[in-house]
Amino acid sequence: MTSAAQAAPANERTYDVQRIRQDFPILAQQVHGHPLVYLDNAATTQKPRAVLAALEHYYATDNANIHRGVHELSSRATTRYEEARAAVRAFLNAADDREIIFVRGATEAINLVADSFGRRLRAGDEIIVSTMEHHSNIVPWQMLCERTGAVLRVVPIDDAGEFMMDEYEQLLSPRTRIVGIVHQSNSLGTVNPVREIAARAHAAGARVLVDGAQAAPHQLLDVRALDADFYVLSGHKMYGPTGIGVLYGKRDLLESMPPYQGGGDMILSVSFEKTVYNKLPYKFEAGTPHIAGPIGLKAAIDYMQAVGLERIAAHEHELLAYGTELLAEIPGLRMIGTAAQRSSVLSFVIEGIHPHDIGTILDREGIAIRTGHHCAQPVMARYGVPATARASLAMYNSRADVEALARGLKKTIEVFS
Amino acid sequence: MDDLRDLYQEVILDHGKHPRNFRKAPAANRSAHGYNPLCGDQVEIFLELDAAGVVQDISFQGSGCAISTASTSMMTQALKGKTLAEARALFEQFHALITGTGEPDPEKLGKLAVFSGVREFPNRAKCATLAWHTMCAALENRAEPVSTE
Repeated sequence: MTSAAQAAPANERTYDVQRIRQDFPILAQQVHGHPLVYLDNAATTQKPRAVLAALEHYYATDNANIHRGVHELSSRATTRYEEARAAVRAFLNAADDREIIFVRGATEAINLVADSFGRRLRAGDEIIVSTMEHHSNIVPWQMLCERTGAVLRVVPIDDAGEFMMDEYEQLLSPRTRIVGIVHQSNSLGTVNPVREIAARAHAAGARVLVDGAQAAPHQLLDVRALDADFYVLSGHKMYGPTGIGVLYGKRDLLESMPPYQGGGDMILSVSFEKTVYNKLPYKFEAGTPHIAGPIGLKAAIDYMQAVGLERIAAHEHELLAYGTELLAEIPGLRMIGTAAQRSSVLSFVIEGIHPHDIGTILDREGIAIRTGHHCAQPVMARYGVPATARASLAMYNSRADVEALARGLKKTIEVFS
Repeated sequence: MDDLRDLYQEVILDHGKHPRNFRKAPAANRSAHGYNPLCGDQVEIFLELDAAGVVQDISFQGSGCAISTASTSMMTQALKGKTLAEARALFEQFHALITGTGEPDPEKLGKLAVFSGVREFPNRAKCATLAWHTMCAALENRAEPVSTE
């Protein structure tokens, strides 16, 4: 095996980014005549060969429907699918495989909770979110409020982009039923103190849903240490395929919730007189699932764990500090999001140059960044900007990538001077 | 770099930084709001049409990238004194230029020909055409905002 993940022992001090890059075939290409510099990882990450191979292996050798066939392929497919559930359980340090529900993405996971847990909400109940939430952790709650007459409360952020704990304390009350909080902000990079946020919610008798879509590829996770009631993941933002996400929920809580969608697999028996729902986790997995999705996601988790989440985090932290330093030298550049606890995101504006124009000029240099509101329009409103330019890091980014970004920005300023 | 220079020509950069007719038209009798949800560009177009259907005044407000701001600015210059039919005909020419469909007439386009570079950047076409779509909505006095998506 030549994969860096297998070759590099976990205790090795050096982080061989060049070896890791070789595991991601997409990175070895030219874009507009320049080597690709991929810095749009908060939107989606690239996939290592191990993930591509797992998908191909599944479809080439094991493909069958799960949980019902008596034949060999069905049995293999079921085993692979359930092994993936166990891998996600271990990745999150959850207590029980039955607490892991496979869904389409983090968005569907939040919608599932808003729909199913949400049925216990009544008019006058309150839901708390923060200003820095992705639209996916705002809109499902707004829809729930419309259905039930519950009220959405919003915890503001300060100028650095930090969660305002005192304001949160003020908003918590016996009326609070659930708190939706992002672990790591996609638009600012802020890493929130979710353990403390959860503890205060629990003291007020409320449940907590943590949006871990951005945090998952950048730090070691432990849902029990965080004491999160729900934790959601997006496969494609953690080196896995699109179309697969995870809802983690505490078992007693999931047990107490009604099914989300009805169909095959989520039932024990069906008659026109009485239908009996299946047990966890199948109660929430109606229909034939995206079987290859969890299998690809497991390969991504195995890959990250072989390199080591802590080593990945240390590498990215060093790169973020270096990038922040380089960007500070760009005239007229203002960082959006300067929280003390920040990870993997460089969000900024440049005076007199719209982010969209920055994105186009960088693209011609082979540099992929995201420009726009990042599905976080309340954050843009908070900073009074229509959009930002955002470079976001992953385990395969190098110092050369952030140097290329700084050079590209200097060129952008030249074009506009 | 050459196609970047074609896109960001001096005239475009100048209009992007110093947009013309960037104000409300005091006697406007038509207006419309345009929005590009992809990048957040917002534009409001104000038109003063006389009884004969001639554009007596046209102006705009809003925020956007260099391409969209310059396109709006130069559109307002191009349309002043034009009739409704002429304005629509010019949009057809401009649209052909941006999307590379059909044969735009350089004489009819005049200064607007500087936007020919946008053709090489298909994901920027909406930046260049938002103002024109919004202008058409203003001519028809459509109430709902124009969206590029």
